[in-house]
Amino acid sequence: MLVEINGVSKTYQSPDSEIHALRDIAFGVAEGEFVSIVGPSGCGKSTLLSIIAGLDAPSGGEIRVDGEALRGVSRKIGYMPQKDQLFPWRSIWDNVTLGLELQRQRDGAHLQRVKELLERYGLGQFAQRAPGQLSGGMRQRCALIRTLATDPRILLLDEPFSALDYQTRLSVSDDIHNIIRREGKTALLVTHDISESVSMSDRVVVLSARPGRVKAIHDLSELRGLTPMQRRDHALFHTYFNAIWKELELSA
Amino acid sequence: MPEQAHTIERAAYLRRRKRQKRWVLLAQLGLLIGFFALWEIAAQQGWIDDFIMSSPSRIWKTLKNLYASGELFRHLGASCLETVIGFTLGTLAGTVIAILLWWSPMLSRILDPYLVVLNSLPKTALGPVFIVWMGAGPASIIAMTLAISLIVTILEVHNGFLAVDRGKLNLMKTLGASRAQTLLKLVLPANLPTFVNALKVNVGLSWVGVIMGEFLVSREGLGYLIVYGSQVFKMDLVMATVLLLLLCAAAMYQGVLFLEKALKKHLGVSA
Repeated sequence: MLVEINGVSKTYQSPDSEIHALRDIAFGVAEGEFVSIVGPSGCGKSTLLSIIAGLDAPSGGEIRVDGEALRGVSRKIGYMPQKDQLFPWRSIWDNVTLGLELQRQRDGAHLQRVKELLERYGLGQFAQRAPGQLSGGMRQRCALIRTLATDPRILLLDEPFSALDYQTRLSVSDDIHNIIRREGKTALLVTHDISESVSMSDRVVVLSARPGRVKAIHDLSELRGLTPMQRRDHALFHTYFNAIWKELELSA
Repeated sequence: MPEQAHTIERAAYLRRRKRQKRWVLLAQLGLLIGFFALWEIAAQQGWIDDFIMSSPSRIWKTLKNLYASGELFRHLGASCLETVIGFTLGTLAGTVIAILLWWSPMLSRILDPYLVVLNSLPKTALGPVFIVWMGAGPASIIAMTLAISLIVTILEVHNGFLAVDRGKLNLMKTLGASRAQTLLKLVLPANLPTFVNALKVNVGLSWVGVIMGEFLVSREGLGYLIVYGSQVFKMDLVMATVLLLLLCAAAMYQGVLFLEKALKKHLGVSA
């Protein structure tokens, strides 16, 4: 397993109370796998992602990447936030190369790779534009390329489509899914949208309501190799959808 | 045909807009001219005592005399220089202190009550203190402007720093940014509108500080002219100086607006 989540718990302390957000979460993500985490709102799924991203420390348990225990932010992990978070005062090019700039890796080979990514995904001609001049879908693609630029082993996607309208959302999730597959990346997606999780991933981890625990893990290997659009038309799509729906309903 | 109709409607709209704009401008000019005309007539007709109230023609004569004697630019220059130094220093020092507070949230928590109390203190009360400490000269005047603008700047800029989007801060963190990188590449550029705003406020506050300071200590500057004029009962001088002050303050404010526009254009940031 590329990522191992071993008994991770998280408790938030405040002067008035103690909130148990996550309890004893354990599962793994294999190299090249696309795993989704779904759960009712407030179940701590985003917390889990920010713990893996190194933004938050677990109260118990540990996370291993490549067999190595994770401590804080790691270059092996790329994080894609909820909104595109492109900086309006930077051009698209300066935005997608931000990670390289911060890690002092703005050299020929790395920049060339980013350039190729922009070209490959239809953004080459927009490199010098301001983010405000691009559509929501294109901005999201830029955000993904910004994450890919530093060549992380694992991508963490924190409800990356939640800010988009339904129409854009379908095409962008298709888009992002294809890019991730094509670049052969391992991905962990957090979403509250069941159809999004079934249409994109190899496995779906279902969390219970707070404190979040792993309630079930669904293997969707029968849908492997299909694009999100194709999956939505597949006969098994609704079977999985309903199964997950029921589990979420019970935990709510 | 609908295309045509739209164009006519739009043309009418644009015409109406232009006409309105012209009317407003005309009314504004009329108000200005009317005010001075009425003042002049009232003085000449003896409705008001122009020894106490002065009049536009007397003000004009006073300005000409000031200019001829070379006094005009000496006083104007002194006040403008003090003001520019005041708001530049105030904005810069305020920003530097705000950066320190952002850097250390602990420091910010410790200093918070002090900043709040100092902010509510009427700074003019410190005038005599500065004179004792720094003497009756430009140093005291600039200290006065700083006292007035510094705390507000710190509070406003620090608030701007704290308002930076959590999501963007997290993004920087996951990309491996150090605190200094986060400051330079996210917090400062995101707060350009905050700086321009602080500058705008500080131009006004610096004028208050300079005039206050000059009332108390100086031998030159517009504040000095006003105090001197009122003491020797030369109301023409007082009124002329107030008018000059009005023009200078407006010009500086326009300068900052111009800077803001240039910055926005250069950076493509909308405030």
